Amino acid sequence: MNLSISLTVNGVRRDLELEDPRVTLLDLLRERLHLTGTKKGCDRGQCGACTVLVDGRRINSCLALAISHDGADVLTIEGVARGDQLHPLQAAFIAHDGFQCGFCTPGQIMSALGLIREGQADDDPERVREGMSGNLCRCGAYSGITDAVLEVQQSLNDANQRRSA
Amino acid sequence: MKTFDYIRPASIAEAVAAATEPGAAYLAGGTNLLDLMKGGITRPSRLVDVSRLPGLDRIEHLPDGGIRIGAQVRNADLAHDPDFARYHPAIAEALLSGASAQLRNAATVGGNLLQRTRCGYFYDVASACNKREPGAGCDARDGENRLHAVLGWSEACIATHPSDFCVPLVALDAVVEIEGRTGWREVAVEALHCLPGDTPARESALEPGDLIVALRLPGEARAFSAHQRYLKVRERTSYAFAIVSAAAALRIEQGTIRDARLALGGVAAKPWRARAAEDILQGARPGPDAYRRAAEAALAGAKPSGDNQFKIELAQRILVRALTLAAAGTPARVAALPASPFSTLPGALIDA
Repeated sequence: MNLSISLTVNGVRRDLELEDPRVTLLDLLRERLHLTGTKKGCDRGQCGACTVLVDGRRINSCLALAISHDGADVLTIEGVARGDQLHPLQAAFIAHDGFQCGFCTPGQIMSALGLIREGQADDDPERVREGMSGNLCRCGAYSGITDAVLEVQQSLNDANQRRSA
Repeated sequence: MKTFDYIRPASIAEAVAAATEPGAAYLAGGTNLLDLMKGGITRPSRLVDVSRLPGLDRIEHLPDGGIRIGAQVRNADLAHDPDFARYHPAIAEALLSGASAQLRNAATVGGNLLQRTRCGYFYDVASACNKREPGAGCDARDGENRLHAVLGWSEACIATHPSDFCVPLVALDAVVEIEGRTGWREVAVEALHCLPGDTPARESALEPGDLIVALRLPGEARAFSAHQRYLKVRERTSYAFAIVSAAAALRIEQGTIRDARLALGGVAAKPWRARAAEDILQGARPGPDAYRRAAEAALAGAKPSGDNQFKIELAQRILVRALTLAAAGTPARVAALPASPFSTLPGALIDA
């Protein structure tokens, strides 16, 4: 059984030999690549803490076998900021108190990034809430999370309008 | 999780040959299968990864107005395909009302059709379950069963089928295309899932090695585009399985219902087509009286399998609501909370 894969993770190509076909993308990121920003909450696809972008789309990395994603382009929370410059979503989560304990935050931010890329939520609070329902926050920071995502979505919309004006 | 051989076939023929072996399972999006494997509920010895098989990720428009959807098309891609959503808005809405955005990005059309029940006793390997272990008994019969089946159940099994997607598919006469050891064949989605009877472990018409390669909607389904809805009651407004759900599609001409297509979800081990109710609506004037009579006919054979008598009335009310909304006309854009009869905005009564 050939268990070698190559992934691009946060822009860096990684050639990897898996020790076992059971390794999930989540465990590969955390245990092999030591990218521990992606969190293991439920490990069953229910909490969203493990959300990453694969080929630009948000998925639960706990329900993805690494072997099945050979060749994929993966973006994790570690690849979101530019050096010391926070991504606008990260800054907005701070500005709006979009977290308390912070455990779900990497998943929330990756999910929000996916949501904005999907382009379905506009700046409608109800569509944002619906689009973020796959990410649980046990601290209950939902109103701050919604405000942070809305702020970034609105600034993107404004920028797009200026560009087309 | 039990370990397994991992095989990535290069063709459908290779996939079918590899999956015919006892203990083999197909892997597509993995959102249900990996969860089941982590819990020890299913223990395949071989995974045949069909997620990259060529040619299964297309949405094709057929000369007769039908649509053929490759089995590997992701749930989110289908729901957001503009032509698909225009012709089959209730199906798009059903897709968007299921699971979370992350899961919809990974889950495939074929996998959604074959997802397993969410019965808690099926998931709990310490409980007796005839579906998981034939002959073991059914702990749901005398357990927490308020969400279980009210139609088509047996003493052996009272589990429900969890798919939202399948409910409007059954209503609109969708068909699956299957490749197997004996070649190609097609099966109506309505005939794909089995009622439990004495053999609840047998859940579908598929044989070992059978691979769903495509889903087809007939051209006639487009006649219902202007008047269709999918509505779903759940215990939270998003990211939850249906307690009950209903798909209603109408063809209305000059103030009269010429044709109706109805199905219910969350009530049985399969998506439940309500033909007797359709017959009542055919030729009727749209309105609460006809809807209520249709709903009563749809649930005429229902009986509680436990603490779930309420689901029989709830299913009738949600069917009436779905018919009312369908008759009012398909909205231009899918609701902010797909399929929900509620809104999360304070003061807003209904967003559907």
